[in-house]
Amino acid sequence: MEQQTELAIMPENNNSSSPPTGMQVIFREFKKDKLAIGSLIFLITLFVSIFLSSYLLVDQDEVMKVTLSSIYAEPGEQGFILGADHAGRDVLGQLLIGARNSFEIAIAITVITAIIGIAIGLITGYFGGFIDNFFMRIIDFFMTLPTLMIIIVFVTIVPKYNEWTFVLILSLFYWVGTARLIRSKALTESRRDYINASKTMGTSNIVIIFREIMPNISSLIIVELTLSFAGNIGIETGLSFLGFGLPPDTPSLGTLVAYAMNPIVLSSKWWIWVPASLLILVVMLAINYVGQALRRSADAKQRLG
Amino acid sequence: MWKTVLRRFLVMIPQLFILSLLIFIMAKQMPGDPFTGLITPETDPARIEELREMAGLNDPWYIQYYNWITNALQGDFGKSYVFKVPVAEIIGERALNTFWLSLLSVFLVYLIAIPLGVLAGRYQNSLLDKSIVLYSYISYAIPTFVLALVFVFAFGFSIPIFPTSGTVDVNAVPGTFGYFLSKVYHILLPAITYALLGTTAIIQYLRSEVIDAQTQDYVRTARSKGIPIKKVYTKHIFRNSLLPIAAFIGFTITGLLVGSIFIETVFGYHGMGQLFISSITSRDYSVITALVLLFGFLTLLGGLLSDIIMSIVDPRIRIE
Repeated sequence: MEQQTELAIMPENNNSSSPPTGMQVIFREFKKDKLAIGSLIFLITLFVSIFLSSYLLVDQDEVMKVTLSSIYAEPGEQGFILGADHAGRDVLGQLLIGARNSFEIAIAITVITAIIGIAIGLITGYFGGFIDNFFMRIIDFFMTLPTLMIIIVFVTIVPKYNEWTFVLILSLFYWVGTARLIRSKALTESRRDYINASKTMGTSNIVIIFREIMPNISSLIIVELTLSFAGNIGIETGLSFLGFGLPPDTPSLGTLVAYAMNPIVLSSKWWIWVPASLLILVVMLAINYVGQALRRSADAKQRLG
Repeated sequence: MWKTVLRRFLVMIPQLFILSLLIFIMAKQMPGDPFTGLITPETDPARIEELREMAGLNDPWYIQYYNWITNALQGDFGKSYVFKVPVAEIIGERALNTFWLSLLSVFLVYLIAIPLGVLAGRYQNSLLDKSIVLYSYISYAIPTFVLALVFVFAFGFSIPIFPTSGTVDVNAVPGTFGYFLSKVYHILLPAITYALLGTTAIIQYLRSEVIDAQTQDYVRTARSKGIPIKKVYTKHIFRNSLLPIAAFIGFTITGLLVGSIFIETVFGYHGMGQLFISSITSRDYSVITALVLLFGFLTLLGGLLSDIIMSIVDPRIRIE
């Protein structure tokens, strides 16, 4: 009996001597969720192929040249794999370049909003008091704005308009979401004992924020980045669809879908808008699946693996 | 409880004030003013200057802001640059359309989401649950305009059961039952589209609530007393989960305002969202300003509504 209890307490084949590291947890979570793995692989192949093909194979000026002889060419005619639009421009080329533009813009917005949002969130959450109140007022105010409408108005007023002003305008409004999330997490983290211990030891505030708090909320940051990326793709394509996104001569997924506002295109020239819509839908779905898997790996109660 | 309401209302006033100030400053940046629409080849520039002076366009900005606000509070938003009629008139006709669309959409959202959420929670991990969860993922990921386009294509052109644009049939005579029927016919597809997209939060929330509630003591007590499981779900679990959902109404309304821009544009439905887009395209700045102010105000109102319902429903959140 005694031997049995001893064995029960000290199992011999105890391989896991330390809790699984972050990457291992994420790995295990993905392995359990086949959809998430499939989505991740799909996304990576898609991104790589889009970036490679749009920079190497397709020339933007060639694609955007108006060729009257190929108006509304069907898929397969005249060498157009996906047909041509109302100005005779190759749809596949526009799809590739447009997808690349959308991804680049979405990545840029995500990165900028992440930097600003995380920095402000951490600082307000950590210091509290007056700084916290001040920024919370600002954030609350931004939350009450009809953001989309104001963005559209800005887009029409700003004089020198190109991709970068677009990214800046969007980042100006969307950093608040990230900041709010990070702030609430940083608030709870800052009250923990290990932070107090660090403060007693005399660690400078900046080191505490970036070397202690931030790594501990890194899982939240990763999930937030992923979902924010998906959201930004949606916003950028939506704005381009309405006509307030990229400048008119730049191909984008949203402008391709916008051609469907014409009833003729919608009903009979499906090759113009269906591939773009499908691409948007599939990419956003895939990113969401990956994001959900990441979110589950961060919260131990919801893990599958 | 009324103290919370009053307090939230009072907080809203400075927010509105700052919002209107911001919008006013934005409006001042826009090129053009009410008189640019009146300039014809025969007008005398000096006369236009005189008109501008009389209308107070050369006054310092705070006086202009004060005039604008006092007028706006009385419902006078100035004249549309493009249509030459008072802005309030233009917005008024559209606002009613958007209002009906929103009402029907919110109703459909709850009609769809509540049964689905409860069912998903009750039969967890079954095929039904998995397909409902899949549906909520897809409806979350798909952009509004893509779904709207697909629906117009599928139900407007391929299987022509719904009209593709407009609020009402051109031939319908106002006041008759046929007119009413035609209006309903035109409103259905946009409302369904919106409802399908807005159900995500409610389904997820209800589903997790029901799953949690299944392990609660009061459910076990009820079962041990012999109450049939169906009644436990409908009378106990359902009611407990329902209250916070009512607070979602505020957020649903806010989401509606933004979504209306896309949905009304795609469906050609003459509501406020479509008015916004068309006035941006035609650079009708007085309408734009009034609309942005109105939407901002409605957003604030939606948040206030959510807070009020939350505080009614959950005594813990009431005045401390």
